Amino acid sequence: MAVQPIRKPTRLEPWQDPGQKPYVRIEKVTKTFGDFVAVDEVSLSIYRGEFFALLGGSGSGKTTLLRMLAGFETPTEGKIFIDGVDMAGIPPYERPVNMMFQSYALFPHMSVEQNVAFGLKQDGVAKAEIKERVGAILDLVQLGQFGKRKPHQLSGGQRQRVALARSLVKRPKLLLLDEPLGALDKRLRERTQFELVNIQEKLGVTFIVVTHDQEEAMTMSSRIAVMNHGVIAQTGTPTEIYEYPQSRFVAEFIGSVNMFEGRVVEDQADHVLIRSEDAGCDLYINHAVAVPAGATVGVAVRPEKIALSKEPPVNAAANAAANADGRNVTSGIVREIAYLGDVSIYLVELKTGKTVRVTAPNVVRRTEMPITWDDEVYLSWRPFAGVVLTQ
Amino acid sequence: MIDLLRRIGLWGRGMVVAIPYLWLLLFFLVPFLIVFGISLSEAMLAQPPYAPLIDWLVDEDAGTTKLQILLNLSNYLRLGGDDLYILAYLNSVKIALVTTVCCLLLGYPMAYAIARAEPSKRGPLMMLVILPFWTSFLIRIYAWIGILKANGVVDNLLQWTGLTTEPFELLYSDWAVYIGMTYCYLPFMVLPLYATLEKLDPTLLEAAADLGCRPWKAFLTVTLPLSLPGIIAGSLLVFIPSVGEFVTPELLGGPDTLMIGRVLWNEFFANRDWPVASAVAIALLLFLVVPIMVFQHVQGRQTEAGR
Ligand SMILES: Nc1ncnc2c1ncn2[C@@H]1O[C@H](COP(=O)(O)OP(=O)(O)OP(=O)(O)O)[C@@H](O)[C@H]1O
Ligand SMILES: [Mg+2]
Repeated sequence: MAVQPIRKPTRLEPWQDPGQKPYVRIEKVTKTFGDFVAVDEVSLSIYRGEFFALLGGSGSGKTTLLRMLAGFETPTEGKIFIDGVDMAGIPPYERPVNMMFQSYALFPHMSVEQNVAFGLKQDGVAKAEIKERVGAILDLVQLGQFGKRKPHQLSGGQRQRVALARSLVKRPKLLLLDEPLGALDKRLRERTQFELVNIQEKLGVTFIVVTHDQEEAMTMSSRIAVMNHGVIAQTGTPTEIYEYPQSRFVAEFIGSVNMFEGRVVEDQADHVLIRSEDAGCDLYINHAVAVPAGATVGVAVRPEKIALSKEPPVNAAANAAANADGRNVTSGIVREIAYLGDVSIYLVELKTGKTVRVTAPNVVRRTEMPITWDDEVYLSWRPFAGVVLTQ
Repeated sequence: MIDLLRRIGLWGRGMVVAIPYLWLLLFFLVPFLIVFGISLSEAMLAQPPYAPLIDWLVDEDAGTTKLQILLNLSNYLRLGGDDLYILAYLNSVKIALVTTVCCLLLGYPMAYAIARAEPSKRGPLMMLVILPFWTSFLIRIYAWIGILKANGVVDNLLQWTGLTTEPFELLYSDWAVYIGMTYCYLPFMVLPLYATLEKLDPTLLEAAADLGCRPWKAFLTVTLPLSLPGIIAGSLLVFIPSVGEFVTPELLGGPDTLMIGRVLWNEFFANRDWPVASAVAIALLLFLVVPIMVFQHVQGRQTEAGR
């Protein structure tokens, strides 16, 4: 995945500073609908000024979690603190929170301007200021000339931007966005992503954003929580989530991944060695894991971290230890090539029968590419490429 | 035959469109024209009790036949000239308005509560609203007589609680008419209101609350404007038949409860003055056509304004 974070590497990472108090604290929150557990003992700490992404499949409980933060659902168990205040019993209209609804929930009988001005009017903001702020925010979402229209006269993407403007205009301390950019085309989405990050940095708003789109989560967020069936599978920075997934679910949910199974045969402080039938070679990984020797574990290797070659790879000095005795080297036959322009995806069938996915940048033109269908190729990767999945 | 119909475009799709028009022609326009004709004729002691509008005068001496059309506008002039009719119209409008407002005030919370009830309970609750229609209208009005009369249910209850000491009669007063008519027409208010309120997206209220709007204000700024089509439809459904109501004021009202329906009845059956009665009916109709047109205009604008 060729994704670059929009923001500069964060200088301060509040979640690593024990002196920092989280702005939002979710403590063992569970929500059940009848017998169905929609959110299951979720605990999260989100810090002021964070851009926190909730990522997960459909029905994994993301919206339900947001609705509890906004006050539309009461947790069956657990507590929610915002800025240190227990939110139990505090109605939505008294919370320092604005939410953008997945269904937009625009008022059909009001014009775009009236929709956006609604929240400001409730706060008794002066007329002139309302006009100015509504105008500014509509310009920001590029709907300046649509102010007099009714929601049903807008396209889906335009409606989404009205909903976004309506939740932004109040400059809340905490903004909950439920799939804010889903209906926008790619270019507008990228622009709006930049704008959101800008707004967030300028106003210091704390964002919690639900998204289906992993690329969006990777580029925008300071941290990501991956949800699965109401449970938080993993929380971490985009890099952590991508490079060090803890479970198979997370590894497979974000980006694509090759999974190998194997047995730990050597566990040292600076590396592990895993014997894998799947891969047809030993897997050498230069980080320690907290599993007993002999245990069966999964190893994830991202497709872009695997190198393809027609000749056996030469052991570079740095890889000597890793690739000795054919570690991290296996071979197979190219079964499928998908040309995507900037990269190509190769599906290679190993001798063991397993199919491995490899992506490689297209350095040369397609017609000159050395590897084609049914070629026998070697696959190799470096010691840092593999991740042992501990869960 | 079919060929002929086809040629004039009265077949297939044309037929389907024509049916409601035929219906209106047969059961509305023709009777209307008959009544309109009677309203322009002169009363006389005959069978039927009015002079024909159109007559062939055959003069045998001169050997000529003349077509005579007599249009008598005096019936309408009488309506304008006599206080009785004007008062009856005004009183009918007043009673219909009070009934409509009472139905709205009672019906809105009912419709709202049903629309907000669990989906599985909504059907049975609506059933309960419609249930009275399964018994005869007259029986229900007679039941109200038993409730409202002196020494009836209400009176006994009031005396038992000590609020009143003397027997007192609600029956045969405007109050009884209001109660009876509100009772009768309530379902007509609840049904359209329920239909609009049930369609109302509850996340709109959540959005309002999220933007800092307190529940009562959210009701005024979101729920009420969005249920306006239901309010208008329900009010007209109650108001229009209420104006011409006859049975309820006749059975529950006092002798001074003057309503146009009763005047009509008297003209027709007591005075046997069909032309005047017809004029009253035509005037009433014109009087109702205006609200219908207002209604359709507003409805048209509403649909145009979307949803
Ligand atoms: N009011 C409710 N009553 C019963 N079940 C509900 C209710 N609200 C949500 N659920 C269930 O809870 C689960 C989580 O729903 P939620 O809306 O939080 O999912 P989500 O992660 O937002 O999914 P999506 O990405 O599709 O929006 C779903 O299985 C849903 O059916
Ligand atoms: Mg959702």
